[in-house]
Amino acid sequence: MNKISAQFKGKKPLVTYISGGDPSLEMTEKLIYRLQAEGADIIELGIPFSDPLADGPVIQEASQRALRGGTTLKKLIAKIDQIQNQVEVPLILMGYYNSVLNYGEEEFAYDIAEAGISGVIIPDLPADEKAELSRYLARSGVSQIMLVTPNTSEQRLKKITAKSSGFLYCVAHLGTTGDDQQGVYPELENYLERVRNSAGELPLGLGFGIDGPEKVKKIIDYPDGIIIGSALIKQIQAGDKEKEMLDNAGEFVRSIKKAIN
Amino acid sequence: MSRGYFKEFGGRFVPETLMPALDELEEVYLEMKDDPDFVNELKSLLADYSGRPTSLYYAEQLTSYYGGAKIYLKREDLNHTGAHKINNTLGQILLARKMGKKRIIAETGAGQHGVATATVAARFNLECEIYMGAEDIERQALNVYKMEMLGAEVIPVTSGTQTLKDATNEAIRDWVTNVEDTHYIIGSVVGPHPYPEMVRDFQRIIGDECREQIKEKEGRLPDYILACVGGGSNAMGIFYPFVDDQEVNLIGIEASGKGIDSGQHAATLSAGRVGVLHGSKSYLLQDDDGQVIPAYSISAGLDYPGVGPEHSYLKSINRVDYQAATDMEAVAAFKLLSEKEGIIPALESSHALSYLEKLAPELAEDQIIVVNLSGRGDKDINNFKKIREAENNE
Repeated sequence: MNKISAQFKGKKPLVTYISGGDPSLEMTEKLIYRLQAEGADIIELGIPFSDPLADGPVIQEASQRALRGGTTLKKLIAKIDQIQNQVEVPLILMGYYNSVLNYGEEEFAYDIAEAGISGVIIPDLPADEKAELSRYLARSGVSQIMLVTPNTSEQRLKKITAKSSGFLYCVAHLGTTGDDQQGVYPELENYLERVRNSAGELPLGLGFGIDGPEKVKKIIDYPDGIIIGSALIKQIQAGDKEKEMLDNAGEFVRSIKKAIN
Repeated sequence: MSRGYFKEFGGRFVPETLMPALDELEEVYLEMKDDPDFVNELKSLLADYSGRPTSLYYAEQLTSYYGGAKIYLKREDLNHTGAHKINNTLGQILLARKMGKKRIIAETGAGQHGVATATVAARFNLECEIYMGAEDIERQALNVYKMEMLGAEVIPVTSGTQTLKDATNEAIRDWVTNVEDTHYIIGSVVGPHPYPEMVRDFQRIIGDECREQIKEKEGRLPDYILACVGGGSNAMGIFYPFVDDQEVNLIGIEASGKGIDSGQHAATLSAGRVGVLHGSKSYLLQDDDGQVIPAYSISAGLDYPGVGPEHSYLKSINRVDYQAATDMEAVAAFKLLSEKEGIIPALESSHALSYLEKLAPELAEDQIIVVNLSGRGDKDINNFKKIREAENNE
């Protein structure tokens, strides 16, 4: 069993997303330790990109702060490599395909495995694209976590779930990250049931628009785990100084963990 | 070539949410493109609504000025709304109607595609929202008024560089959110499959007409065809029907802004590397980390860091020669055509015209050059101040 799916055994894990290097890699390191200490089960780190078209305003801005701070994919991987012995929870990189293509797909798969990264999510690389990347990731033992959405057809579900490992990222609604305008998701139960028929044993993580403990309570019965990004970043950003930001992150994670259990 | 690809270029690099919409669009497009009712309706709209065929004009004054090859202009500037953009928006609006979509969105840089989209949305009574960079809104106020007059809502985009690239990101985000009732009319031969192929097919009427017209006037095909390249739709439109005619030299002219060495340019094919932006793999202006570098050109319509994937393919097989023209060269051509022929060209098209200076005098008098005059320059009158300033700095 791989390190990511192991986190889904006997509990519904909380996957937390922060943008790598927002606003510095030092802060990212501190946040990783804090999130882990407060009970985050998996930590997802965003690769900052100039044109993040699956992301809403909160993550777009986080990405911009990281870029202004000088973070690059190389520096991000080097930082993770440097701290890997202090990190117990699985780390996942989430980023856009151009970052990986530019880095070199084979080299990327090799380097992130060396840095102790367990999985990769690339929202603009659908299952149909015949990127070499999947082969390289498999060879390196890194999970490729694929995304499905409420409008994904049965035929595509089969293709996507067959390619996904670690877990399956179920996008909660049609839209970008952090978009919670739609309130409680319509048809969530049916949607996830439909996905589960194709996914079999693969755990289902639900993300997009999960903005706090109240929402978590309403949806937690259906998925196997949840992913929270924009709402966490908003809490962090509400802090003035570093200590306050870290405390906000800690408090938010505790409130979500409580809502899950 | 595999589906959706021009050799290694193209593809569909978009969020999963859009895959059903792209499948539907492809399916409907493939079904309609040979459907006689669709073909006839589009044909009659292009004729009676937009004024096609546009003329192929022998530019006698310009020819004698350069003293070399005979110069013809394909007058896309004579289309309704003043540019070739309407060829594509008319085609796509018919597809949107067929798919039962209620709402149209589009991105626009200079506002030409926005106006062409707002125009057809008005004609077909569909709700229309146009994403436009906040900076471009300021630079192209006239086109913003036109879009509003036509009943469209212009949404300012304040993210990133606040120009066409970011307007496109925002339009894609809107589409991801409203994909069920919305059709996204992309304005160039860019984006995920089937857009590059479909937009090219809607624009190829430029080249198809040109072929007939030049045969009628000269009894043969031209020796050279010149077109400017931003995303590349007017160039694909005129090049495509000639790609297999090896004797016809095809030259695409990108915008090199203040010069490629200055770093302020939009010469994607000349100075970029292969990457992925807005759903397809093609040449891209990007830094060492793979971050997209904002493009620059005096012409807002060429101010784009990507380029259509089929252009990347045509470059890779050396079928099209890609050159670049600076702001200053384009401005000189802009003035020259206005003065010599009484035709004010768009600054975009002026990039293609500027290449005549290098090419025409070198050719014999019995050789033929066609330049795609993709749009008219009314919209650029606002730029006149800028142009004067540039001249004063010379």
